[in-house]
Amino acid sequence: MHKAHPITSDDVRKIAKLANLSVLPGEVDKLAGQFSETVDVVNELNEIDTTSVPETYQVTNLVNVFRDDVVDPARVLSQQQALSQAKNTHNGFFVVPRVIDSVEDAL
Amino acid sequence: MKDLHTLTIDEVHAGYRNGDFTCTDLVRHLLNRIEKYNPKLNIFLRLNPEVLDQAARIDREIKEKGINRPLLGIPFAIKDNFLTVGIETTASSNILKGFMPQYESSVTQKLLDAGAIFLGKTNMDSFAHGSSTETSDFGPTLNPWNIEYLPGGSSGGSAAAIAAGLATAALGSETAGSIRQPAAWCGVTGFKPTYGRAGRYGCIAMASSTDSPGPIARSVYDCAKILEVIAGQDKFDATTSPKPTDKYSACSGQGSLAGMKIGLIKEYLLPEMRDDVKKLIYDSADKLSSLGAQVEEVSLMDPKYSIGVYTVIQRSEVSSNLARFDGIRFGHERDRFNDENKRRIMLGTYTLSAGYYDAYYKKALAVRTKIINEFADLYKSYDALIGAVSPGPALKVGASKDQPMFGEMQDMLLEASSVAGLTSASVPCGFVDGLPIGLQITCDQFQEMKALSIAHCFQKNTDFVKFPDLNSL
Repeated sequence: MHKAHPITSDDVRKIAKLANLSVLPGEVDKLAGQFSETVDVVNELNEIDTTSVPETYQVTNLVNVFRDDVVDPARVLSQQQALSQAKNTHNGFFVVPRVIDSVEDAL
Repeated sequence: MKDLHTLTIDEVHAGYRNGDFTCTDLVRHLLNRIEKYNPKLNIFLRLNPEVLDQAARIDREIKEKGINRPLLGIPFAIKDNFLTVGIETTASSNILKGFMPQYESSVTQKLLDAGAIFLGKTNMDSFAHGSSTETSDFGPTLNPWNIEYLPGGSSGGSAAAIAAGLATAALGSETAGSIRQPAAWCGVTGFKPTYGRAGRYGCIAMASSTDSPGPIARSVYDCAKILEVIAGQDKFDATTSPKPTDKYSACSGQGSLAGMKIGLIKEYLLPEMRDDVKKLIYDSADKLSSLGAQVEEVSLMDPKYSIGVYTVIQRSEVSSNLARFDGIRFGHERDRFNDENKRRIMLGTYTLSAGYYDAYYKKALAVRTKIINEFADLYKSYDALIGAVSPGPALKVGASKDQPMFGEMQDMLLEASSVAGLTSASVPCGFVDGLPIGLQITCDQFQEMKALSIAHCFQKNTDFVKFPDLNSL
């Protein structure tokens, strides 16, 4: 069992970075407080003994549902459709932010 | 004749058949009401620009072939998290403002194939993150029973559309309570199918392991007719069940509840619950036993634990699902997420992150197993479990402000059944202070027929489905 772990402002900044969200400096403390409040409620689960109880990921017990490895035209978008909602396209491609050679702060 | 906006599906079809009115008449009538009341109630975010042309086409079809599709000419309100080709779809979020879906969701496609006509898209909590519609980026919907109150959520617009008589039927979706709770707060009937009974393809995801599309309508019977259309394996959603569906509308054949055993969940009569709310639940239990059921008190895990389980599962899955909103292929940049979206994504990122995954996510999934086992034990002896849908009637506008767990608290009586993937009806069971109260009738997975039959029998023998007076708005 782990003990209650109040979420700090540093935690909030790190989580925001992981989640690719920007948080205003003035919001950080408030969020840390709200997250700690939520985690306190969640920590009540430690009152329940789950030793040797397996986790349930899928409630109807379906396992490894496969389909035939063939293209189903009914679920394929045309290139034009696929691009139709993108703000930035070039020669039939999505334009994405530069990820190579950009300077990233270490976490 | 009854007002057109109060008619059930069968009554609409009878009207078409008898030539009392056309689909165009009905759609125009509802559009007039929407024009009149929507500015006050904020139920519809936008209307289907083609709806009158489609109504005219349906009128021609009825003239030529009669009514040979199950939902032909039935005007629907569609929750804004279902992708609808030709109608902007935003999940009530600014990040999707202007988004025109490239494909149709599986369940709306099934409704269209059955002849349904879409009036427009309804307001919801943004990305379904809430139980009030107050997290919508387009303002809250107001409760048609009293505009100082919330309609519940996240399918608040769809429930309010039925209560206010702005649509004949509605589509909602539930992750934990998002169909049943707004149905209860608005005094209408909602039905949550088993997880995997109706396809999630094209339904903008909240928590993929519990998201369940389902109907909100005038009656249990109407919900059954809609479920009959949307249920079934979806080849685009691998988590849908291959089990055969039932002819759900046959639930209307349930004349009595003789032979049924129903459990009244003790722990769901919360200590903080008002006595007049508790009384309505006890009265409902008495009604069910007068209809022939054997009703007994049963015990389940304290609902406070399901709050923790649900919070972790939902936040974790939200953080994963909303990672795809990058502003590259569709939608806008992530800075358009609102505070509630950000809170949920970030907490989920935390509970899934290295070092906390076992303590939070795996722990929640293990307690989920215990909840599932508890239900399974009870369903060995009981056909259904009942309790209040919500701890009380609708809360006032503004109630969710700065309450990071507002939804989880309001849905505490619905979370266990949702994380276990069960099926459940929410039916009106009375009023307190002029606001509706809902009863949940919850059955084991894939026992939709049983839940609908009990709920229908209850509804047929009670008189709690009312219409609010909108003239004072």
